[in-house]
This record gives sequence, structure tokens and C-alpha cells, in this order.
Amino acid sequence: MIETQIAIIGGGPAGLQAATAAGQTGAQVLLIDNFDRLGGQLVKQTHMFFGSQQQFAGTRGIDIATKLAKQVAALENVQVMLEATALGIYEDGVLLVEQHDRVHKVKAERIIVAVGASERMLAFPNNDLPGVYGAGAAQTLMNVHGVKPGHRVLMVGAGNIGLIVSYQMLQAGVEVVGIVEAAPTIGGYLVHAAKVRRAGVPIYTSHTVKEAYGEGVVEGAIIWQLDENWSPIPGTERDVAVDVICLAVGLSPLSDLLWQAGCEMAYVPELGGSVAVRDELLRTSNPEIYVAGDVAGVEEASSAMVEGRIAGLGAALSLGLGGETAFKHLQEAREQLTALRSGPVGEKILAGLRRVEREVATDA
Amino acid sequence: MRITEHPILQYQKGPKVSFTFDGQELEGYEGETIAAALHAAGVRILSHSHVAKRPRGFFCAIGTCSSCLMTVDGIPNVRVCVEKLRAGMRVETQKGKGVLR
Repeated sequence: MIETQIAIIGGGPAGLQAATAAGQTGAQVLLIDNFDRLGGQLVKQTHMFFGSQQQFAGTRGIDIATKLAKQVAALENVQVMLEATALGIYEDGVLLVEQHDRVHKVKAERIIVAVGASERMLAFPNNDLPGVYGAGAAQTLMNVHGVKPGHRVLMVGAGNIGLIVSYQMLQAGVEVVGIVEAAPTIGGYLVHAAKVRRAGVPIYTSHTVKEAYGEGVVEGAIIWQLDENWSPIPGTERDVAVDVICLAVGLSPLSDLLWQAGCEMAYVPELGGSVAVRDELLRTSNPEIYVAGDVAGVEEASSAMVEGRIAGLGAALSLGLGGETAFKHLQEAREQLTALRSGPVGEKILAGLRRVEREVATDA
Repeated sequence: MRITEHPILQYQKGPKVSFTFDGQELEGYEGETIAAALHAAGVRILSHSHVAKRPRGFFCAIGTCSSCLMTVDGIPNVRVCVEKLRAGMRVETQKGKGVLR
């Protein structure tokens, strides 16, 4: 049995910041991640981040991962367990973790779940053909492993992920034949859209995929136009010969562990799917379990980092650690989060949060 | 299918090693994922659906979606998108759901 005060599941932006914040209060922290290095999805983000200075605006995601991991490594009271998968959280508060074909029991006084999100599927005939890849998966292949996802790509979705990954494909020497977007307008930042357009990649708004085709693997896609009611317009079909169809149609919180642990859950479309009901310090209906980052509601890495700090400080304070300094840092983090959510996208997030944030029973 | 030049990234690769895919000898780099090595070698069909036997490929790349389960060194249901390549690995297309031993 491994005993610790605070176990954090997931070493991405939220989990890393939770580990640093909790570690700085003097808490014994165990940070668990299933990959072989810390950083979560930051390890494949080659673009520079927007947002505020405190959240590393102007720095590439891969470099943010290194910085955050260094902060954690500097804290002797934070232990890191890599290539380790959290399997379940049980009634007696024991967390099972598989690492290198062995199962370990972890008993923590508080658990912060910061496991992120997974990519959504889009329904169209033959969407199961090899060659239909999540945009993040294509990004992992290119930016982590140095392998091209294919030769000619159709990107589906003109939100930030679709635009950024399209640009990264061009950087990797992959042809992007176009980006289709079902909405009548581009969802992502215009600076990203301008970059891909300057490179000659057309963006087809009010378009979607009718079907994919190919013998065994993707050989092409039929796209078509949508009217103002989002209904496809017959006769507008266009055949594009591609070997990859990349889906950037949103993310869903990876809420499995929270369901399994019996946390009260709610389906909130604005937050991407099923999320745990929690209080303002991200404490769930199980007072020993906190959430942070995309699993708490799909947002950006910048807000995930701040949520990580809030959960880390909240968990430490609930154990009587950190004192006034931690309380002050907690207030600062909450103000930063409010500032990050001040734009139009933030309004949607705040609407979602109103449906899931409430006072939950606490023992502190 | 390897990226040879990149404006931002430099890839740190392990030594080149051989492995087999359904008996065919292929090369990859030690420490990259099996799926990355297969993809670089042009292998895109990794498994088949259980009922309709439709081909399945790489999808999430982070060990979440179960679209890439293969038999590796006799062990079934290995997520090749997260399992790392080692010299001499025997990677096989899995038939059926696999048997736990």
C-alpha cells in the first residue's frame, strides 16, 4: 500500500499545476500519469499559446510542459509515477494503479482527478475506415513520433484544434486539401484561420462530410453543403481524394473514473458531456475527490492550469495545510479564472458551470 | 511516411530495430509506439470489428479508444498506440477477442 496525502491522476496542465500548488503547501503528493513523460497533451502542442502572462502566453505548449514538469521536480514532497494507469477508486478510498504489469494500492486522503478528455466521433457512413483519425491522434503521430498521418488530408472542424492541426500538417509536409466546417462561421481564432488560408488551404463553412469511401482504408470523402437549417443540399456533393479524414469536432470529458467512484454526475453540453457536480473549489459530491481541467469541463489548457491550482490548494487547505498563504493564492487563482472566462466563449462555460456548481457536503 | 525536416521540432529517436508484423519483417525505432512504427511502414489496418469484421485503424493515439488492439509477443489486446517498440517484437493481427492466460 502506497500512502500519501494527495494523489493526482493525470500529469497534464491541470494535474501538474495541482501537484505544484499542493506540493508548495508541504503536502505529500503522488502524481500519476499513464504516459512516459509529464505534460499530457501539451507535449504535442508546437504552437504558441494565447491567454494571459500567468498562463504562459507566447510560449509553445511543448515548452510549457517542460516548465511545469520542472516545477514539480523541484518539490521533494511530490512523487511522480509514470507509465501508470489509474484503474478505479473504491468505497474505502483505495485507488488501484497499474504500472509495468503490476497493480499497486494507493491510499490518499484526497484524490484530484485531472485525466482530461477524449476526441469525439462524427456520424457518417464508413467513419470507421482506417484513415479516419482524431485530430489529436494525427498531431501525436506527427509531433511526438515524427510520422506523417498520410499524404492528403481533409480536416473536419474549423475550431482552434482543426485550424492548428491543419497548420501543423503543412509544417510536417502533409497536404491539407481543405477544412470543412458545419457551422456558417469559423469557430477558431481568426489568426489561426488566416495562417492556413495564406498557405492556400480552403475553408468550406456550412459543409460537412456525407460519407467516406475506400477499400479497406480511406481513399476519399464526399462533402456537401448545408443550408441555414443545417440540412444537406442535394446536388452540392463534391468528391475529394484523400487518404486521411481528420476529425476535430470537439472533446468529451474522460469521466469514467468519476462515474466508477460514484460521484454525482450531470450531463452539461456546454462543458462537453458528463461532468462531476462540484463546488467552486472543484470538490465533488465525494468530499475526498476533486476534479480539474478538461474532465471538469472541456475548456483550454490555460484554464486547466488555473483549475489545477485551485483544486490543489483546495485539497491542501481541506487537510489543514497551507494556511493563509494558500488561501491568498487560492483567491488569486479564482480571480484569474474569472478573467480567463470573460470572453464570449467564457459565457458558454459559465452557463454550463451554473448547472453543475453547487454547495456540496464537506467535512472541512 | 517519416517526417524528415520540421521547422520547429527535432525528433529524438532510439536505435533502428527490426520487428515482425504478421510474419513480415519491418523496421522501426526502439521506444516509439508500435502503431507509429506500423504507420510509418504503411500498415494502416490494425484490427477488425468483432461482428462485421470491418477493418479498424489507429484513432485516438493515447490508449483510450481500443481501435488498435493487436497481439504482441503472444499477448492479446495490446494497445499498440501506447505500447513501445522493442527489437524482435512479434506483432500480429488479432483474430477474435483473445484469451487470457
